[in-house]
Amino acid sequence: MNLALTDTQQALREEFRSFVQTELLPYANDYDKQGFIPMELIQKLGARGYLGATLPEAYGGRNMDQVSYGLLNEEIGSACSSTRSLITVHSSLTAETILRWGTREQKDKWLPLLATGASLAAFGLSEPDAGSDTAGIKTTYQVTADGYTLNGVKKWITFAQTAHLFVIVAQGEQGITAFLVERDTPGLTVKPLEGILGTRASMLGEIHLDDCHIPAENLFGRKGWGLQQIVNTALDNGRYSVACGSLGIARACLEDSIRYAKNRRSFGQLLKDHQLIKQKIANMVTEVKAASLLCRNAGYLRDKKDPDSIIQTSLAKYHASRMANNIAAEAVQLHGALGCHDSISIQRYFRDAKVMEIIEGSTEIQQILIADHSIAGLSTIL
Amino acid sequence: METPTQAGPRVIIREFLQKRIGQDVQFADTEDIFQLGLVNSLFALELVVFLEKSFDIAVENEDLNLDNFRSVSNMETFILKKKGK
Repeated sequence: MNLALTDTQQALREEFRSFVQTELLPYANDYDKQGFIPMELIQKLGARGYLGATLPEAYGGRNMDQVSYGLLNEEIGSACSSTRSLITVHSSLTAETILRWGTREQKDKWLPLLATGASLAAFGLSEPDAGSDTAGIKTTYQVTADGYTLNGVKKWITFAQTAHLFVIVAQGEQGITAFLVERDTPGLTVKPLEGILGTRASMLGEIHLDDCHIPAENLFGRKGWGLQQIVNTALDNGRYSVACGSLGIARACLEDSIRYAKNRRSFGQLLKDHQLIKQKIANMVTEVKAASLLCRNAGYLRDKKDPDSIIQTSLAKYHASRMANNIAAEAVQLHGALGCHDSISIQRYFRDAKVMEIIEGSTEIQQILIADHSIAGLSTIL
Repeated sequence: METPTQAGPRVIIREFLQKRIGQDVQFADTEDIFQLGLVNSLFALELVVFLEKSFDIAVENEDLNLDNFRSVSNMETFILKKKGK
């Protein structure tokens, strides 16, 4: 296994870093306070091809490999988790899943729009009473003469406030099934959700579906295979994005901590010269490096289309999201009172990191998946 | 990948399933691994990726029928059909 970046991947990483430094990092704290990211930024992401990063060129995408896409999520995630969450739901959960399981007509209609950001996509899975327990989905579909009728409420939907296309997961006579639902469908309304702990600019919404009529051609995947096919594919894609985004948060915390330790004096010496601070930094860098290798390994296996890529992605997400929480907490501690104030990014990273442990399969769900795999055969993991 | 004999896919599929389900778990080629509760929620996804990669096929929307995947024998029949044999 060779985890070194190729020259192309290295060049892309430089491109992403330069974009993040000039277009994202200076504004991310403001976006967090405002509770939204501006359409102008979304247009820039689209113009750069970052919203269709992994889509084939034939659909207007940039055709990036998964390792490069991981780097994009890491770099964007190092500055603004809300912007990274747009990439997660739009590209990983929706566009990549349509590319995998959509009909020819669905791909031709949606992928060129999603590739440029002309249309934005969101993924409607969670409900007031159903999060990780997807069997508890109460949104229903009913078969009609020329399509389907959807009823229900979807909650905590990232970028629901701006998305033009929703994947809606519903329960019906043939089991859990997914549908492509356009925003202007009569009966569909979106209520903005405020007050979230982290990724505060991710424009969360609650989607209300009141007798929404969906044409037959908007069935997404097979009836009754919504969970195994659409949801599992989407969450596997999303976990990779969140793993790399978590890595980005942790790296940003580490970089800010080192910068602070080199300049701040305490008890007559710079923080960097205190042994306990050296210990913190050594532990942080080791954790970040370990998560980086897990993310890179997952990307490498995803590019090889190896079936082990799925559990290795789960492992990367599990470790990176928990690690980001530990590192962010340490970074707050190292910054003292300043780390608790919203004039710097550390407090935002601390709040954003917690969200990473909950989305795309909670820490507890990853523990069950990883343990079951290990008990069946440790060789698939180690 | 070429599968020169009828035994080919069966051996490869069983090897994968034992790796995922556990080497110590016994089941017959004709038994329904879903009904036996031997597989977890990620398994269907892994199985599709495995079959595509190992047998150089594309599993498409219309192939997603549990009958194609419920046992070693059924998977072998599915692979041979996909490969036009």
